[in-house]
Amino acid sequence: MAGQQRVYRQRIRSTQSLKKIFRAMELIAASRIGKARERVSAAGPYARAITRAVSAVATHSGVDHALTTERPDAKRAAVLVLGADRGMAGAYTASVLREAERLTERLAEEGREAVLYVVGRRAVSYFTFRGRELAGSWTGESDAPSADLAADVSQNLLDAFLRPEDEGGVGELHIVYTQFVNMVTQTPQVLRMLPLEVVEGEVADTHEALPLYEYEPSPDQVLDALLPRYVQSRILSCLLQAAASELAARQRAMHTATDNAEDLIRSYTRLANQARQAEITQEISEIVSGADALAAS
Amino acid sequence: MANLEVELVARDRTVWSGDATQVSAPAAEGEVGILVGHQPLLAVLKPGTVRIFGLDRSVLEAKVDAGFISVDDDQVTVVVDSAEVLGGSRR
Repeated sequence: MAGQQRVYRQRIRSTQSLKKIFRAMELIAASRIGKARERVSAAGPYARAITRAVSAVATHSGVDHALTTERPDAKRAAVLVLGADRGMAGAYTASVLREAERLTERLAEEGREAVLYVVGRRAVSYFTFRGRELAGSWTGESDAPSADLAADVSQNLLDAFLRPEDEGGVGELHIVYTQFVNMVTQTPQVLRMLPLEVVEGEVADTHEALPLYEYEPSPDQVLDALLPRYVQSRILSCLLQAAASELAARQRAMHTATDNAEDLIRSYTRLANQARQAEITQEISEIVSGADALAAS
Repeated sequence: MANLEVELVARDRTVWSGDATQVSAPAAEGEVGILVGHQPLLAVLKPGTVRIFGLDRSVLEAKVDAGFISVDDDQVTVVVDSAEVLGGSRR
């Protein structure tokens, strides 16, 4: 009987230490998310400036560039999957991976083979465990991606895109990432990055006509310099959004875990008290019946 | 006299922004200097030094990687991969 009480006490203790871990993870995620959101907005000016410049070139000289040319006959398409380095973020990585698998299937139906580029240790291990070949993988900074990481990723992808088909080039680039809507909502998204579709809509809402620029050295060369940077800035913004989403998902998951731990502790305490009470009652009835037996004899 | 509104942005942050009288930048075909009323320009930059001449006669120098500069209606945006402010000096 005393054994049962001890088991409950043990469970309470272990749940308590788990709860402390969950609480700590929650606080860490909460403190980092502010910084992650700041970085999303800090990258804004660069992205805006580049988008504006690209639209300006596109409206004036018409875009005719290797990065904007459709390649419908391509047999391969690159898929960049942005997952998390660590778990403890609820369904964050799982939902990104589900979206990636759906995209892979869709590409397969269209007769295209998906070439995987993966960011984040959890996502990498998901694919390597299933024996899928990865064309590129990056781990270690999924919750605080640097501009250098974005540069490296986009360099690899642009190289793959610009390579001829028979040397392993890809005809498309899709990005699967988690869009940060707000602290409560993060939605997995599929974005077709390449070939580029230059949308002027992002600038048009400022209601001003784009000026007639003078280009130096020439519109083509300006475009040559702009477009890779444009891709890079889009990839960085995806990485930063994914990082903010990861932290938000982790914070929420850890908050729920803490709550659940509290519930568990409460119900275990109740059971432990019950067991203790039962033990006391039993002891009393044993003593009473022993005394009765003595008195009767 | 009107001033230039200058913004110097790197990939991950705004390095400097504010008003200035003159900006000089290392364009691909040689240094360009921009004063108020410059015609709209979109130029590729090579690595070098960007100088921003402030209103109070101060000069801000920044070492930049490749990038581009856009000038439009006295709004100058210098967009670079990375920038390192070398500090201001007086002229």
